[in-house]
Amino acid sequence: MTATSAASGMTAQSAAPALKHTAQDGAAEAIHVENLHKKFGELHVLKGVSLSARDGEVIAIIGGSGSGKSTLLRCINCLENPTSGIIRVNGEEIKLKADSHGHTIPADRKQIERIRSKLGMVFQNFNLWSHMTLIENVIEVPVHVLGVKRDVAIGEAEKLLARVGLAEKRDVYPAYLSGGQQQRAAIARALAINPRVMLFDEPTSALDPELVGEVLKVIGDLAREGRTMVLVTHEMKFAREVATHVVYLYNGLVEEEGPPEQIFGAPKSERLKQFIRNIG
Amino acid sequence: MASTPCPTCPIFPRHVCRRRSRRRLASTSGATLIDALLSASAAGITELLSPYPPGWGGTLLVGLLHSIEIALGATCLGLLIGTGGAYGKLYGGPVVRDLLAVYTTIVRAVPELVLILLLYYAGTDLINQALTAMGYQRVDVSGLAAGIAVLGFVQGAYSTEVIRGAILAIPQGQIEAARAYGMSPGLMLRRITLPSMLPFAIPGLANLWLIATKDTALLAVVGFYELALATRQAAGVTKAYFTFFFAAGVLYLLLSLFSNLVIGRVETWSRRGMPSLKEAR
Repeated sequence: MTATSAASGMTAQSAAPALKHTAQDGAAEAIHVENLHKKFGELHVLKGVSLSARDGEVIAIIGGSGSGKSTLLRCINCLENPTSGIIRVNGEEIKLKADSHGHTIPADRKQIERIRSKLGMVFQNFNLWSHMTLIENVIEVPVHVLGVKRDVAIGEAEKLLARVGLAEKRDVYPAYLSGGQQQRAAIARALAINPRVMLFDEPTSALDPELVGEVLKVIGDLAREGRTMVLVTHEMKFAREVATHVVYLYNGLVEEEGPPEQIFGAPKSERLKQFIRNIG
Repeated sequence: MASTPCPTCPIFPRHVCRRRSRRRLASTSGATLIDALLSASAAGITELLSPYPPGWGGTLLVGLLHSIEIALGATCLGLLIGTGGAYGKLYGGPVVRDLLAVYTTIVRAVPELVLILLLYYAGTDLINQALTAMGYQRVDVSGLAAGIAVLGFVQGAYSTEVIRGAILAIPQGQIEAARAYGMSPGLMLRRITLPSMLPFAIPGLANLWLIATKDTALLAVVGFYELALATRQAAGVTKAYFTFFFAAGVLYLLLSLFSNLVIGRVETWSRRGMPSLKEAR
């Protein structure tokens, strides 16, 4: 994974001297979603969405409230079980089956756990484990899920915390930190598993305005170094800066998608034009 | 209506007189008690409570030890049942949930004394019937094991509800994060759910522990030698009822005070990630 991203990162730099990274055309598909449906009872939230993320790509999902963008992201690692559709992570299709109530659930718990441990999820409300210090939060998954030796994991975790600017907070509990600090620690926790893809679910929506910048800076740095990401966001300026591909969801369907210049510069759909006007 | 005269004193009407005489009676019996207490010399009490024979202090301490053993065992068993029960109620299938609902409802509805008599006699009888049916010798179920099993069974029902409530109080995002990172259910229970629910469960579980220490006294009815039975024996033999039951009360109190000390430490530790409420005020 590191080798791949480093290689594609270099290609990107030689091809485009701009800050933004572009994925190789031949890069492997890290996430593939096809004709995804999700119903909550009567409520049809996703009505056949398809999405693809190649290695090194940064996919930004935008859309109004209730458009299904968070649900789409949460279906990728089966935090929400899709009602129907195909999800492939790293080329491996998630096996789904129907339970006794007719709900779709993962057929193979081991498989879904393995896939989840390759996806670094960052939540809107940080969701750090409150009974653990930052360093404990960051080493938890490497040590207990991935089987990394504790001292090795601690060494890595210290580097990651230093990277997000929290080196001196390693022994502090999350509740004693600001939202921005907690979200940066949550990003370090996601990075600690060396994820194939990072999933961001509105990472700055719960933050005070003055704390948004510090979190966006960390995410932007990751994007520029060629991390594969799927990012649900309301920060249009940021999406335009870092995304290689933007998907606009409306009412459970992909209304329009394309490179950010096209989506934000020359939107075709009337709804997207309206959305950009309203939010900008 | 003319009031009937009092038969003992013709001066007062009957109802007034009776009240007076009763008051007189109360004051005399109070005086007798105080007299009795005063007359019992301090030296006598020390002698009675001495841990070495002919003092009965040792008997009381052995009883206390047995009480603590039972309470510890029952609480541990109760916590195991409670954790499993809470999980079953929250995540189990309809059959598991219904069975657990029956268990917690019945155990919490029937008085503990009745349950203890029922489970102790019926339980040991059932075990022996099963054993003889399978061709084994009848066994004498040890009082300690039976006591722990019976009280643990009762504690389990209450713990189930305390732990269920505590699990529900965990911020759901923390469970979600554990799922999102591929934790297996067992790992999640051990690393995330149990430590996160602990601060919410401690007050309820502390109550249950204190109740368990006192419920051990109920086992006296089935002849288990714990503090209450030891006290009754000592008091019966020496006729120093007040001294011994007072001493037993003090022992229960000391046990509670010591427990509070330990529970306080555990609670502080379990809340290590939470800013104190005083700071937030």
